[in-house]
Amino acid sequence: MSSEQTDQAKQTGGNSAENVDEPVTLIRIPISLDYDYSAGQSASRFLRAIQEGRLLGQRCPVDGRVYFPSRGSCPQHAVTFGDESVELSDKGTVVTFSIVRVPSANIPLELPYITVNVLLDGADTILMHVLDAELENVHMGMRVQAVWKPREEWTTSTANILYFRPIDEPDAEYDRYKEHI
Amino acid sequence: MRDVAVVGFTQSASVRREQNRNEVEILVPVLQSLRDQTGLAGAQCDFICSGSSDYLAGLSFAFVSGLDAVGAWPPVSESHVEMDGAWALYEAWVKIQMGQADTALVYGFGKPSMGDLPLTMALQLDPYCVMPLWPDAISIAGLQARVCLDSGLLTDRDMAAVAVRDRMHAKTNPNAQVAGDYSVDEILAEPFFVNPLRKSDCPPISDGASAILLAAGDRATELCERPAWIRGIEHICEPMDLGVRDLERSRSTEIAAEKAGVATGKIDIAELSAPFTHQSILVERALGLTSETIINPSGGALAGNPLMAVGLSRIGECASRILAGEADRAVAHATSGPCLQQNLVCVLEGE
Repeated sequence: MSSEQTDQAKQTGGNSAENVDEPVTLIRIPISLDYDYSAGQSASRFLRAIQEGRLLGQRCPVDGRVYFPSRGSCPQHAVTFGDESVELSDKGTVVTFSIVRVPSANIPLELPYITVNVLLDGADTILMHVLDAELENVHMGMRVQAVWKPREEWTTSTANILYFRPIDEPDAEYDRYKEHI
Repeated sequence: MRDVAVVGFTQSASVRREQNRNEVEILVPVLQSLRDQTGLAGAQCDFICSGSSDYLAGLSFAFVSGLDAVGAWPPVSESHVEMDGAWALYEAWVKIQMGQADTALVYGFGKPSMGDLPLTMALQLDPYCVMPLWPDAISIAGLQARVCLDSGLLTDRDMAAVAVRDRMHAKTNPNAQVAGDYSVDEILAEPFFVNPLRKSDCPPISDGASAILLAAGDRATELCERPAWIRGIEHICEPMDLGVRDLERSRSTEIAAEKAGVATGKIDIAELSAPFTHQSILVERALGLTSETIINPSGGALAGNPLMAVGLSRIGECASRILAGEADRAVAHATSGPCLQQNLVCVLEGE
């Protein structure tokens, strides 16, 4: 009997008759359900493009704002975006950042690391990602660019972008990104 | 009590699987056509309430994405129930009764095709003694049908006649998934799916969405020529444990029907959300329906069963016939939980 099974036997009072008066204090109920998920029309377009290394947003027909990633409907005006996509640069501006010193189970990065909200050039919504830079250098307005996985590893996933890195360009004007802070 | 009415109703078609569209993409055209019908956009309503289930989507907080279809900026007054949209309508009705809103958008949506629906439904059972056995939803309904058959309450011919009726009615419903001319003998010739249920006794699995606009008093008559006034609405819940319930009758439907005032006048049409044929018979009896009522003119839940929208659509199907002047008084029914555990009854009138 494995130690886990032993634990379980103790928790459920075991199977023997002499334990019958011992209360059951814990039961284990594994739950597993399979889903065949479809991302939807807009997200599928976005994911197929990122497989080719292209970043697609969509323009709201009411106010012209570009949403990235593309989604099924403008969340402000409740209208469909239609089929028109807007191709965006993989360069952008750091809008806000945070230096992370606490580990998280789903992020396999060495501590400390930098999370950034990046406003991609041409987009009106921000993208959250990580930045590979010296901690003391990161700042609002910093110009950055995506670092991609090797081309042969690209799939229909945003994980094709490994991280962002600083590029040698002058900082963006505050007015360009202040709305997104 | 304030006079509250349904002033608009739209729905998507019920389909076995929405291959390409996600929930928001299913919902957007439904809400847009409601806006076209009523002249009022969702975000302009005083209150918005939706019904959906994250278990169907397989994602936590999936219901939040539904708000993309409403346009929730600037901020709107909004709520959600992890139940059929009929209960979202009840919440909106209460909100209007409290004087906190004069108009309300209510919608329900579901895409159960993404998962294994009969097993997903097991998660609504008693989590200690029943759910760990993973009884699927068809088998649970089959146990209830067996109880009813063995006690002589109904026969398999009665059950087949429900399927024949609903599919015949569904022929005129462009949104129906299952429709056509069948005979009782044809259905009884089918093999058992889960004894004593044949496939024709069971609802289809449907993806879909529906939406209703509610308005109070003068607002209702401004928005629509002939509003469908909610004259009574009530919902009652029975215990979770199947062993302590009387499965041969729908006691909660009986109580809700009494409180909603079903028996105070002639009922022209009834729309039932009973997903299995034997359950339709139990609900018809609990509501006290007679031959003077046309039951399920749309085909009901057996013709299209978009989970989380199907009950709301029953209210909508009743209301749309009143709006069109085809009926004066109607009763809509919605259900939730295994074996008709919780039931909502809504009485609608034209004048």
